[in-house]
Amino acid sequence: MELKHLRKISDYEWEIPQNYRHDMRASVRIFATRRLLEQIADDQSLEQAVNATTLPGVISPVVVMPDMHQGYGFPIGGVAATAYPHGVISPGAIGYDINCGVRLLASGIEHEAALPYLDTLATLLNAYCPSGVGSEGVVRVQVEELNKILREGAHWALKRGYATEEDLERTEEGGKLEDADPSQVSERAKQRGREQIGSLGAGNHFIEVDVVEQIFDPGAARAMGLQEGCLAVQIHCGSRGLGHQVCTDYVQSFQHAVHKYGIHLPDRELVCAPMDSPEGKAYMAAMRAAANFAFANRQLLAHSARRAFEETFAGRFKKEWRLRQVYDIAHNMGKLETHEREGQRLRVCVHRKGATRAFGPGSPELPAEYQDIGQPVLVPGSMGTASWVLVGTETSMERSWGSTCHGAGRVLSRAKAKKQVRGERLREELEAHGVKVRAGSMSGLAEEAPQAYKDVDMVVETVTHAGIARKVARLRPVAVIKG
Amino acid sequence: MGYEEIEHTADWALRVWAPDLPGLLSEAARGMNALAGVKLNATKRASRQIHLTAPDAESLLVAFLSELLYLAEQENLAFDSFDLTIEAKAQEGLQLDGVLHGASIAEISKAIKAVTFHNLHIQKTPDGLEATVVFDV
Repeated sequence: MELKHLRKISDYEWEIPQNYRHDMRASVRIFATRRLLEQIADDQSLEQAVNATTLPGVISPVVVMPDMHQGYGFPIGGVAATAYPHGVISPGAIGYDINCGVRLLASGIEHEAALPYLDTLATLLNAYCPSGVGSEGVVRVQVEELNKILREGAHWALKRGYATEEDLERTEEGGKLEDADPSQVSERAKQRGREQIGSLGAGNHFIEVDVVEQIFDPGAARAMGLQEGCLAVQIHCGSRGLGHQVCTDYVQSFQHAVHKYGIHLPDRELVCAPMDSPEGKAYMAAMRAAANFAFANRQLLAHSARRAFEETFAGRFKKEWRLRQVYDIAHNMGKLETHEREGQRLRVCVHRKGATRAFGPGSPELPAEYQDIGQPVLVPGSMGTASWVLVGTETSMERSWGSTCHGAGRVLSRAKAKKQVRGERLREELEAHGVKVRAGSMSGLAEEAPQAYKDVDMVVETVTHAGIARKVARLRPVAVIKG
Repeated sequence: MGYEEIEHTADWALRVWAPDLPGLLSEAARGMNALAGVKLNATKRASRQIHLTAPDAESLLVAFLSELLYLAEQENLAFDSFDLTIEAKAQEGLQLDGVLHGASIAEISKAIKAVTFHNLHIQKTPDGLEATVVFDV
């Protein structure tokens, strides 16, 4: 799309008006600088955002974040709210990795003191957190137990001793989406999930040990337990094969649903069904079950990370090695939320695909300790570069459906990244910069090279200048575990 | 008959061409194996029967490749040779029956999450059929 079609609202905010294309039901609001827009002008991101505005029941605006990039059907970095209950839900606008998200845990161990032990820590994390293509989880469950996970999410982990009450309080939705129905999840999806609970998988998923490099908001950092110079751990993964299968199943079955309900769309990957239809209800129940699986999955990985920390540091440090949860957030999800628009309270399904919920201070969904500061937002950068901890704001509630960015966002295709970067060389460079690397595949490492991504600092500057998030802390990686 | 990887910022896209629909499905499967870096065990050959129905050719292509992803993950099997027949049925649309020939996977370097419908159109060309498939990775 040519940038001349965009209306500039500010240096950080743009609009594609609803009259850009005849089939649009809403406008598109883009949070980006001109430079970021120029980076994505050649791909299909903005056309895909326009396509998303054709979803029946969509409410203006469809929002796109500065880390946007071309996806399939719906752009990565996109947010679309549809009116409940007659509007639609679209599995493709949530993504195959349902409830892919990030968890951050903080320790009191100073980086300098931990330096002699980082190799051991990286090795243990790699050993206890299974990763790679087809990796199997730390526990294997029968279908009956899996159904409990699908209903209870991270609460299942609490009952089994893999979680603390505080972990659940500091997880989006308390680690459990209500109204999840395992009977709407196919046997095939369950078969895939049964062996993968507690595993990281491959692709862009990772576990990273970071040092809290700089604090911008001491009060918020204190509430989160983040201390400058100390170690923290990020876990990025989702619902593994179970979620992929749920989305695959429903994208296929919704091909019929769009005909049944007379829905016309510019891309079959956007297929959808009204939320109050049998098809829409079935998908929502299955999607929530998959989301619960992902909450439990990240909880088990957090348990494994704690084991690695304990074995590395207990006895050498007092209690500083204990990992306390900062927050766990989803960035691929469809959620029923209440938002205010022009003085009206609207019940909507907010589709976020590669976008993070970013509720402002005072939101009833937040735990008591975050009521004053807003919801923590975790923004991992590309491998070897900085990550950010932000908080949601009143402006994000007003302008972006309580959402903000989710990461750096790709600029290079995987094919180009592989041509430009050699995995072995990249690992040597990262190690030379003090980042321990444990990676299952060198070509996979090359695809995730920092050159393949936008500058995460620029993405964060954009959302903070636009007011849809506020800086709390910047993290720098010291060890990366990848599949 | 063939395939080639084409540029896609986040995911993988594969252009596939073949004289007919069974050939297109077979070539797409070979291309998907190549993208995922699948290497088969040379010694132990294995085969599986397949039966699928779909309302149209694009849905059949997605269902076929999704079936192969499932067999790769659950049975550690990949296939390099295909005997496929596709018939048009009054009620179901298209019906695929056939046998997949392959072996256990010795090595796989990339995970493919799913096969998408994104901009998927099987088009007629002077030489047969052509499609571009986008994979979520």
